[in-house]
Amino acid sequence: MSALALRGPLVAASGCLRVTRTLEDLVDLSTLGAWVTPTVGLAAATGPSGRRLWETGAGLVHPTCLEGPGISGLLAGDVPWMVARKVPVIVSVTAATLGDYAELVRHAGAAPGVVGVELRVAPPGARDLGLVPVSEGFHVGRIVAAVRDGLPPGCSLVVKLPALPDRVVDLARAALDAGADALTLVDAAPAYVIDPATGRPPFGDVAASRLSLSGPALLPLALRCVHEVRVALPDAPVLAGGGVRSGADVAAFLAAGASAVQLGTVLLHDPVAPQRIHAELAPTERTAPSVPTERESP
Amino acid sequence: MRVVHVDAEVLAHKRSGGHHLVTLVAPGVAELHRPGTFAELTLGGPHSDRLTRHAFWILRANPSGTYGGTVELLVSERGPGTRWLVRAGPGTTVPLTGPLGRPFALPKEPVTCTVVAHEEGVAATLPLAARLKERGCVVHVLLGARTEARLHGALDLRRAARTVQVVTGDGSVGRRGELAEVLGGVLDQQAPDVVYAAGPVPLLRTAAAEAEARGAWSQLAYAGPMPCGTGHCQGCLVPVVGEDGIARHARACVDGPVFRGDRVRWDEVGR
Repeated sequence: MSALALRGPLVAASGCLRVTRTLEDLVDLSTLGAWVTPTVGLAAATGPSGRRLWETGAGLVHPTCLEGPGISGLLAGDVPWMVARKVPVIVSVTAATLGDYAELVRHAGAAPGVVGVELRVAPPGARDLGLVPVSEGFHVGRIVAAVRDGLPPGCSLVVKLPALPDRVVDLARAALDAGADALTLVDAAPAYVIDPATGRPPFGDVAASRLSLSGPALLPLALRCVHEVRVALPDAPVLAGGGVRSGADVAAFLAAGASAVQLGTVLLHDPVAPQRIHAELAPTERTAPSVPTERESP
Repeated sequence: MRVVHVDAEVLAHKRSGGHHLVTLVAPGVAELHRPGTFAELTLGGPHSDRLTRHAFWILRANPSGTYGGTVELLVSERGPGTRWLVRAGPGTTVPLTGPLGRPFALPKEPVTCTVVAHEEGVAATLPLAARLKERGCVVHVLLGARTEARLHGALDLRRAARTVQVVTGDGSVGRRGELAEVLGGVLDQQAPDVVYAAGPVPLLRTAAAEAEARGAWSQLAYAGPMPCGTGHCQGCLVPVVGEDGIARHARACVDGPVFRGDRVRWDEVGR
């Protein structure tokens, strides 16, 4: 197995950078170390109509939605678009069964230009979305074990973990023990909001369990999760993210022990964030990180 | 290059009734602007903790002003962001991305068009009416607002339009009523080949239905929130029926903001 082949330390987080006909006008794709795709399942899916975002102080609350073209649509469309532009691609997947996970990872890993697969094992509202439930380490281990052998050499397995500081070490250890190569810390945090105009959440009949928070409000919590993992598992390769707005925020995650840093909500707010933040990094921070896989050492 | 991102600078402010006209120096945007595309602004200044951005129609675009290319926006105070913008002094930096989205489709033949706009929607239709006239179209305009103070552009539109009719909710100028109520009767008189509209969803829904009922095309400019404006956030989804007949969500900021009226599932918009 080779190390996760990132081109640089800045990675576009899942669901925050989508292929559009104006993307290249705005984003200097060469400043991205990799692109994580929006999370897909096996089949194409649509989401609820109505509101999808609610703004809070330095944060956005949104229901977890798995709307998208499914794995086949993704691998036929946006993935080759990015690969043609030399952007390393990490495919983000989630599934309702271990069998579906295995099939997704096999498909994704076989696609040209895909350097990794990110398992989104526990997004807020997983149970209500009918996904494989994850609350204990052994749940994560079971998913990783189910997909591990379906990945070709050169394609790394990354596990994205929830923003739960008191659970994240157990989940991380289980993922690595089962053969994961790296961790993404963290998923959006569980949240709840009330629309003052109605006294109710502003998302219609979407289950409250699916509501999650992202943006700068999340940063200290994400940093705490990275710190906990770094202390308990000093060798774990970590792609960290949560509320990064600037080069200084990237430096903070690197100092806390991350190997690379994901940009999420900032991509919605500042369409030129990748090149701006890249320019804000110190020269030593700009070099492509080595994200060694756990399985490199015998 | 179809879109640029610049640190625009406030050049001038002007009050116009209940609206504000804000001119920004935004090099490169005016040249690319076509009626129906929009500018996405980050409001609140560098220390704001707000993460969503705001979309504005481009009322006037001038590629060669004294200070470089400028765009003029029609702004009304609706919240903290727009309140900040209408108070931002000359020289204030405002990150601006534009022009974004798909413009109004223009007819190849010199046909008859009815252009309908409610309040700030006029900012999308003023440059449109001029382009339609250049193409030899007969242009009829129907403008609506709650009250005279919210009405803008009627005089400018007279240059491009054969007729301009005005409807206000309180009857302070023109006919008293709502655009959606009078639209059917107006279309019966004008018998347009194309109906263009910009305004709130109920108006667009009515325009789509009334055009469809008369066998006319409709091109409708959606003006709901555009939290990112660049196709990433999924905060502006509009339920549509694709050309393949399959129901899906379109992103108003990149697949719109102008939609063919018969492609949108209007009863599900904004639910």
